[in-house]
Amino acid sequence: MIRLTDIVKRFGDLEVLRRVNVSVREGSVTALIGPSGSGKSTLLRCVNLLEFPEAGELVLGEETVRFTGRPPERETIRRVRRQTGMVFQNFQLFPHRTALGNVMESLVVVLKWPEAQARARALELLEKVGLAHKADAFPAQLSGGQQQRVAIARALASSPRVLLCDEPTSALDPELALEVVEVLAQLAREGSTMMIATHDLRLAASVAHEAVLLEAGEVVESAPARELFTNPKHERTRRFISTLGIDAQLPEARCATP
Amino acid sequence: MPYWLDLMLQSLGPLLWAGLVFTVPLTLLSFALGLTLGFLTALARLYGPRPLVALARFYVWIIRGTPLLVQLFVIFYGLPSVGILLDAFPAALIGFTINVGAYTSEIVRAVIASIPRGQWEASYSIGMSWSQALRRTVLPQAARVAVPPLSNSFISLVKDTSLAAAVTVPELFQAAQRIVATTYEPLIIYIEAALIYLALSSVLSALQDRLERHLARSSGTLEAAA
Ligand SMILES: Nc1ncnc2c1ncn2[C@@H]1O[C@H](COP(=O)(O)OP(=O)(O)OP(=O)(O)O)[C@@H](O)[C@H]1O
Ligand SMILES: [Mg+2]
Repeated sequence: MIRLTDIVKRFGDLEVLRRVNVSVREGSVTALIGPSGSGKSTLLRCVNLLEFPEAGELVLGEETVRFTGRPPERETIRRVRRQTGMVFQNFQLFPHRTALGNVMESLVVVLKWPEAQARARALELLEKVGLAHKADAFPAQLSGGQQQRVAIARALASSPRVLLCDEPTSALDPELALEVVEVLAQLAREGSTMMIATHDLRLAASVAHEAVLLEAGEVVESAPARELFTNPKHERTRRFISTLGIDAQLPEARCATP
Repeated sequence: MPYWLDLMLQSLGPLLWAGLVFTVPLTLLSFALGLTLGFLTALARLYGPRPLVALARFYVWIIRGTPLLVQLFVIFYGLPSVGILLDAFPAALIGFTINVGAYTSEIVRAVIASIPRGQWEASYSIGMSWSQALRRTVLPQAARVAVPPLSNSFISLVKDTSLAAAVTVPELFQAAQRIVATTYEPLIIYIEAALIYLALSSVLSALQDRLERHLARSSGTLEAAA
């Protein structure tokens, strides 16, 4: 269980998250949707403590972190980060390491696994994202979709309790995005727990079990994904979903105009 | 054999010897120590507590704002009046180290700051501590970017060591001055000294080139560009 309770996050005077409550069942996928600036990225970053909320509580398996306005203990941060993996919009692979090196890094440096064991595990993960044949390639030699799949393998290396994905497909062409969606869908079928911030309706609809609509730092609606997309309760959600639909059709519409 | 060539060949031995025994060690030692000092100064400025930041800025301000020759004179001729008496070589070594430290700290600071925040965050997200992220992710990338500007400092340093002649270090340039004092052939001898400096810096430039190629290859950027 991953549970965020009454999370408040401010940047200076700007209150970016206002008492946000979200909980994610183990083995389920939650899509975070909402307009730009609504706080999706910030919320994900609060889960692995890249940001420290001002108030609220984070429960991550056996770990409970209560936020008081001070940075959490270093040991707490370390434990939380070991139980979370993050996939970034722009991949953020380590450019000076090969695909294999990127995936091995946390195993060797953080978990202190022996080299051979880490290599075997990393190859297994690259296999899983369909990139075992690119193990020795550097990020600069990979396509965007391939880079993002390596980044997913890297995030999975230390077997995190939850995988946090911040717009994993939005830096990619539709075709390359599809290969990333397929990998995430596969993970979802295998029972990985994920939180995915996205504008990509295809990703949200094909992978998520639950969906949460954020707006201006507040949860507007939280429901099973199918229900939220097809039959939203709130007018605000209905309007937002319709903008997403138009967005998704935009490329084709553009092609059609002479 | 023309007279000038004969003279050059005769003085080549003493000049090379002075270069080998004083110029080269002075350059290598003060660069290694200076770069270490520069690295620590850069870390202090980027991540240190406020007093340390102020101290580092003050140090860089003083050293960059005053002539190297004056700094060497203060250390070698000035410090004895407060009881600190140094031999010529250690005095020069300290002077050059402090100077190199100030200039390279600015380079190191800039290249570390140029590594995107996202690289730190990616490191943290896989569980690394600050020092692991610095060592494993940031510094290896920063080192690549730093090679050209640091090589520049290094090549400047080779030539700047000729200033050590002014504080009585018998290095290459001072050896040349001595030979001129007995042969009265400043044009020939100083050109010869200049050629030796030129040869030294050319070797370093070539090494820099190879290092850059090597680093580019090991991150796949050459193949990717090709
Ligand atoms: N480090 C920061 N300092 C100051 N303000 C920030 C910072 N990070 C985010 N913000 C602000 O917080 C708000 C929420 O940002 P966030 O990135 O979480 O939105 P988002 O929902 O992910 O948007 P998008 O869909 O554009 O990615 C925005 O108003 C943003 O400007
Ligand atoms: Mg965002």
